[in-house]
Amino acid sequence: MSPPCLPPGAEDDLPVYLARPGTADPVARQKHGGLFCSVEGAFESKTIDFDALSIPRGAERRRGDVSPRVEIRTSGGKEELQNLPDEKSDRLLIKGGRIVNDDQSFHADIYLEDGLIKQIGDNLIVPGGVKTVEANGKMVIPGGIDIHTHFQMPYRGTTTVDDFAQGTKAALAGGTTMIVDHVIPDPGCSLMEAYDQWRQWADEKTCCDYSLHVDITHWNDSVKQEVDSLIKEKGVNSFQVYMAYKDYYQMSNSELYEVFSFLAERGGIAEVHAENGEIIAEEQARMLQMGITGPEGHVLSRPEELEAEAVFRAITIASQTNCPLYVTRVMSKSAADIISQARKKGNVVFGEPITASLGTDGTHYWSKNWAKAASFVTSPPLSPDPTTPDYLNTLLSSGDLSVTGSAHCTFSVAQKAIGKDDFTQIPEGLNGVEERMTLIWDKAVTTGKMDENMFVAVTSTNAAKILNLYPRKGRIAVGSDADLVIWDTDSIRTITAKTHNSAAEYNVFEGMELRGAPQVVVCQGKIVLEDGNMHIISGVGRFIPCSPFPDFAYKRIKARKQLAVLRAVPRGMYDGPVSEFSLSRGGTPSASARTSPTKQPVRNLHQSGFSLAGNPAQCGEPSFLIRTPTTRPLGPSSKHVFTSAGHV
Amino acid sequence: MQQSNPEGVSERLLIKGGRVVNDDQSIYADVYIEDGLIKQVGENLVVPAGVKVIEANGRMVIPGGIDVNTCLMKSHLGTQPADDFLQGTKAALAGGTTMIIDHVTPEPGQSLLEAFERWQEAADKKACCDYSLHVDVPQWDETVKEELELLVQDKGINSFQVYMAYKDLYQLSDSQLYEAFSFLKQLGAVALVHAENGDVIAQEQTKILRMGITGPEGHALSRPEELEAEAVFRAITLGNRVNCPVYITKVMSKSAADTIAQARRRGCVVFGEPITASLVTDGSHYWNKNWAKAAAYVTSPPLSTDPTTPDHLNTLLASGDLQVVGSAHCAYSTSQKAIGREDFTLIPEGTNGVEERMAFVWDKAAAMGKMDENQFVAVTSTNAAKIFNLYPRKGRIAVGSDADVVIWDPDSSKIISAKLQQSASEYNIFEGVECRGGPALVLSQGRVVYEEGQLQAQQGAGRFIPRKHFPDYAYQRIKIRDQVHKQGVTRGMYDGPVHDVFATPKYVTPSPSAKTSPTSHQPPPIRNLHQSNFSLSGAQADDFVPRRSGHRIVAPPGGRSNITNLG
Repeated sequence: MSPPCLPPGAEDDLPVYLARPGTADPVARQKHGGLFCSVEGAFESKTIDFDALSIPRGAERRRGDVSPRVEIRTSGGKEELQNLPDEKSDRLLIKGGRIVNDDQSFHADIYLEDGLIKQIGDNLIVPGGVKTVEANGKMVIPGGIDIHTHFQMPYRGTTTVDDFAQGTKAALAGGTTMIVDHVIPDPGCSLMEAYDQWRQWADEKTCCDYSLHVDITHWNDSVKQEVDSLIKEKGVNSFQVYMAYKDYYQMSNSELYEVFSFLAERGGIAEVHAENGEIIAEEQARMLQMGITGPEGHVLSRPEELEAEAVFRAITIASQTNCPLYVTRVMSKSAADIISQARKKGNVVFGEPITASLGTDGTHYWSKNWAKAASFVTSPPLSPDPTTPDYLNTLLSSGDLSVTGSAHCTFSVAQKAIGKDDFTQIPEGLNGVEERMTLIWDKAVTTGKMDENMFVAVTSTNAAKILNLYPRKGRIAVGSDADLVIWDTDSIRTITAKTHNSAAEYNVFEGMELRGAPQVVVCQGKIVLEDGNMHIISGVGRFIPCSPFPDFAYKRIKARKQLAVLRAVPRGMYDGPVSEFSLSRGGTPSASARTSPTKQPVRNLHQSGFSLAGNPAQCGEPSFLIRTPTTRPLGPSSKHVFTSAGHV
Repeated sequence: MQQSNPEGVSERLLIKGGRVVNDDQSIYADVYIEDGLIKQVGENLVVPAGVKVIEANGRMVIPGGIDVNTCLMKSHLGTQPADDFLQGTKAALAGGTTMIIDHVTPEPGQSLLEAFERWQEAADKKACCDYSLHVDVPQWDETVKEELELLVQDKGINSFQVYMAYKDLYQLSDSQLYEAFSFLKQLGAVALVHAENGDVIAQEQTKILRMGITGPEGHALSRPEELEAEAVFRAITLGNRVNCPVYITKVMSKSAADTIAQARRRGCVVFGEPITASLVTDGSHYWNKNWAKAAAYVTSPPLSTDPTTPDHLNTLLASGDLQVVGSAHCAYSTSQKAIGREDFTLIPEGTNGVEERMAFVWDKAAAMGKMDENQFVAVTSTNAAKIFNLYPRKGRIAVGSDADVVIWDPDSSKIISAKLQQSASEYNIFEGVECRGGPALVLSQGRVVYEEGQLQAQQGAGRFIPRKHFPDYAYQRIKIRDQVHKQGVTRGMYDGPVHDVFATPKYVTPSPSAKTSPTSHQPPPIRNLHQSNFSLSGAQADDFVPRRSGHRIVAPPGGRSNITNLG
């Protein structure tokens, strides 16, 4: 079922009969009589009760009637007897919730079976013996998608402390039912092998569905082929390239151009880690020379303008190659501004702020406690400007930034201490997968920056669209995966490393009081979290393949490709004198093809538009755009021999 | 043309009844000139007898223009531009410009110093007006560094151009730019930047040629304006990191100009130079059916195809977001342009503009009411003199300044045509454009060189004007910013457990020049725990026991796991 689309907010004013199916209408329609009979009760009440028809008030009243607790009942007795023998089948009915998608919110019940959403509406006909969750008017939202994690990432012989089991457990505890992890092959290693390795690790351990980005750490023809087969056969549609980590992961502008062109052809999304690696390397050396070795050196050597510069450059190259661009980890105001300006100019670019950049700032790098300061180290660093989180939340609410990730990549203090004498050696990464949804709710929704629908969009739906998983993920609709969350808007909890599900000793959000939390989390049709109790099974997570050419990114790209056919101007041959010249030093030589790629122009003067001085009006008019029909032969052009300056 | 100089005897001149326009104010005053210098400015001057008097009749008397960007000897594939120092400076004088700053463009691998000397020799022979030189840095290594130092210290050069375009030829990488900027900043020089993303251009050129587009339109198509804006942004970022003043030559597009304006609002020390061509005409001509005409417009960055660009640039120039107007005069004959008749990448780049520069700024900005006459003087002359440390010798009418003076006639009007120009090239890209305003009389070094359409330039009269380093206009802010120091946080040593790592480092960002670990050069951090703020969680049993310095804590008090708790 797909309810009609209404602009958010408009629904409040509409009467129920126009609103959509599955409304708060307290009186369910009765089957009565026949086609031509009068409707029962039709003549009894002549006064229309508008209160009953308007949704929000109806909802409130309904909510007032019942207790705010979510109840989970398992039916027994008679129903169980009449029902099928397989009690284990995952059937679940969520009653009385308010379904919140990215486009609208409405009251309806949801029936889940076999890990899918089977029915949505009022008065569903469901088999007996179904476990029922009474949502009592609470929000039911699609499970979050954390589009950026690094679980079990190898680092100098060890791995991050949160492996796929621990990490996905934290994700589920925070209301995130799908994660997208980054595969990071070592430079020079095969992408395919790394991908297989990651699949193996994840398949063993994950508790929720997952998908993978693959990072392109070097570029050559064999990588090209691997990328091609990853897109075609392995279900990966997003690839990250690095503009930082000089001499290691970093790519030159030419390589970026080639990668972006290639991905644009194959329908992939180009993700960039945007920082100017060359300047960072210089600045790091300078900081160390100045004797700054602590974590504050990390942020001093990576000022936010380097991030902004790289974002600008990445957008330029992507726009040249007509490739959709995804900027991972937007950490600063200036970088976010550049993305929003580019979007205003029409570039296809998506920005991903992370939990940390939305929740905290970089002043902690100056903490006297080394271990605490080091736990904030990530790249690009958190901005020392304390107004940054608020600003990023605003842009997220306005739609200038599109998705949120967590960039969850946790190291123990002992691991961080590898860089205790040299900040460049501190492993980079911080936590955030568990806090992500709660933090956005607290910082953006309760402050009135965004509404609940936008909340769903930035935590789940947009990510699903970019990865081409929509509407399987990121929406509560019939046929979608049964990943959903009953969201408690009122709960308040304090973040602390003592109670979080990650294995890290520090939590960068330590001590923050955040409103809003998942009350019940349903993943693959099973309840994995209810009232703080987790029931997870590691290894049940499935790999969800992403197909290329996601509409969300590529519809515009495709249309532009058809427009952007460049044509040469048909001219006659230039027949005038040519100066002597030596080709010993080239003009601007073309990069890859050293041989002159020029083809001999056709010397057909009848088709030529070449004319010596004469009709100047003709010359003044630029014929430069693109779709002008060019086969029109111009007037009878006699043999023109270019002699000297013909001033036109 | 070469008339004998009637003023050769006395070289004393009095300009009477003019309105002296400087960049800050306009006053009615007489100007008395002797020995090539302005000796007196004021009313009722006491002057010796026998002085030649020029009646200005209330017209504007302005400092002679300074054209900061000309390329009169920039060879392309072995051919020299059609306008050499003689032809080019004659054109300059005819347009009211009394000083040019030419670009010395050494070939990659060539000595900067030698190239400079060749340029100076040629200019000394031929130039008709005072000149100075920028030196372009085509590559970056230790010898270049030494030469730069020599040029700054001994030769009077304070501005050097680096290229972000021309891949595999002039282009410098970001690391090299960083080093170049740091070095130039130490020398007190201004970093000029040719801002275009050369890597992407190279890719685009290949693509466009493969599509069969070989004409001049390919030049514009392969160098879209966002590549210019991107490089400008990057150059400004680099300049701001190392705290070096950055000067963007040839601002050709709206987006590049906007990027500069935004950066200035953020406080970056950056200057933008639109050129005559970008202020007047646009890139639609690249699609002209006449190959020779289309090729005449080829320059880099290309003229923007957006026809509203000239107006926008004039507006920013008037508002002060762009500071200086150059001409980037680099005129090639049509037969030279025809080197690239089958491949636009070989077309020699350059347009004319030295002669038309001042008149067009007047026509497009001052006569349109965008800027006043003082701002006109600022952008055509004074700002250039300030940025390149020639002020107040040049760029101002004041006692003691050089007698480079122009009497400007705001009402004259002419139609630009290649037939009437001084330049030797066959095409004029402003052909047929009507232009108000023009010089009525031009004085260079105290001599009348142009009067009512008659040019009396003297070959070889031009002097090389050396320029000192650390121009105040650019460096005052830089110097103060340098005094702000960054400091590390004083922490105690981290004494907790450290994870063992493999010898092969991963995730290291090595520094480019010093490949050895930079930590090894450093003094070890002070291990004085008394000064330390390091604290393990909570009160400890040994809190009251004073710690010896240098005491190695093998097992931290309170057990090893304490570091995991939160303080």
